[in-house]
Amino acid sequence: MSIPQARKAGLPLMNLVRFKGVPILKQLHLEEQLLRTSSNNWCIINDGTNIPTIVMGLSGKPSDLLELGSVLQDQVPVIKRFTGGGTVVVDPGTIFVSLICNREDVPDVQPYPHSIMHWSGQLYNEALKGIHGFQLRENDYVFGNRKFGGNAQSITRKRWIHHTSFLWDFETKNMAYLKQPARAPEYRLARSHTDFVCRMKDYMPRSVFIHRTVKAIESHFLVKPVDLDVDTAVHDAEFVHSTRLLMNNELEEAFSIST
Amino acid sequence: MALRIWASSTANALGVSCASKSHLAPAFSLSRCFSTVLEGLKYASSHEWVKVDGSVATVGITDHAQDHLGEVVFAEVPEPGGSVAQGSSFGAVESVKATSDVNSPISGEIVEVNKKLAESPGLINSSPYEEGWMIKVKPSNASELESLMGPKEYTKFCEEEDAAH
Repeated sequence: MSIPQARKAGLPLMNLVRFKGVPILKQLHLEEQLLRTSSNNWCIINDGTNIPTIVMGLSGKPSDLLELGSVLQDQVPVIKRFTGGGTVVVDPGTIFVSLICNREDVPDVQPYPHSIMHWSGQLYNEALKGIHGFQLRENDYVFGNRKFGGNAQSITRKRWIHHTSFLWDFETKNMAYLKQPARAPEYRLARSHTDFVCRMKDYMPRSVFIHRTVKAIESHFLVKPVDLDVDTAVHDAEFVHSTRLLMNNELEEAFSIST
Repeated sequence: MALRIWASSTANALGVSCASKSHLAPAFSLSRCFSTVLEGLKYASSHEWVKVDGSVATVGITDHAQDHLGEVVFAEVPEPGGSVAQGSSFGAVESVKATSDVNSPISGEIVEVNKKLAESPGLINSSPYEEGWMIKVKPSNASELESLMGPKEYTKFCEEEDAAH
């Protein structure tokens, strides 16, 4: 056995699942289920979702965060996810990378948000080596002062998930569905969404980013590609998800209260 | 003089906060870098506390936990009437983009939840042992308390956990 192989033999196992164009609701349902019911480590990469969708964090209030008139008019789906954090608009230009880990397999990481993000920041620093200006800044992934990835966590007794939606590309008009949030990092300096975010495609080809991210994960885990049919996996389980699609009447009620 | 206990935690890059002065047996804090651990409470390894008062037990998260979590912006608590099981999640808090499970140190029936947390989730940061309590439970198995840590044991547990990282 070579030294690299011997070293890898000591690493914890991580199952790698790769999708393309899976609806974000299905992806989030799978993630929540794996976090709560699996005892394995998982990396899920979804190379773009199928349609533009708004995804809010656990405590998000549509009336505070969304331009509901436009959202309702354009019938944009709105999801409330099981992790914390803010609101994003995702679409085929978004690359999703989700890491679900057993605490014991990442023993240097305490089960608290800053510790997890410090670890993930180092991982993406590896993946984005050579890109000037990358950093984890006030809990956002940025190039300089422009955010290119939104991340969030959910932490249970023995496991945690850190998932990120990377803006490889986006449509400027979709950003107009989002209000300026009341809670924002200081470095945002009240900039509009389009002045605050940037496109990863201006920095790195899409496939290169995914490849380098997998390579960075391989320095921490023994990565094993796994074929998983998302429909079968989610449908078979009896797990009750908290992640859900908001109903039209909920959005209409929120809109009528806010106007 | 009541026995005073103080605990240390590693300095937090975000800055630290200490529990407000408590009418319970107060902890002794040397500086703002120490988390508070109180007498009269029992503690779980997942950083929740329980205080039994007659037939009702009050549950919340510890000063160590709120300090490490950061500013709590949302607290999810169940409805009264439901049940909790020792070691199982009954709710969650949100801080710094993360939802973190809150686990019950004891089993029993939920008789009351802290409704103030809906408008003021930050009570969990400013007053984790008093105004930031989360649920009140009618315990179903008093012997479960024996499996929890006392103040000294919990203090040492926190120190060892922080030192390991």
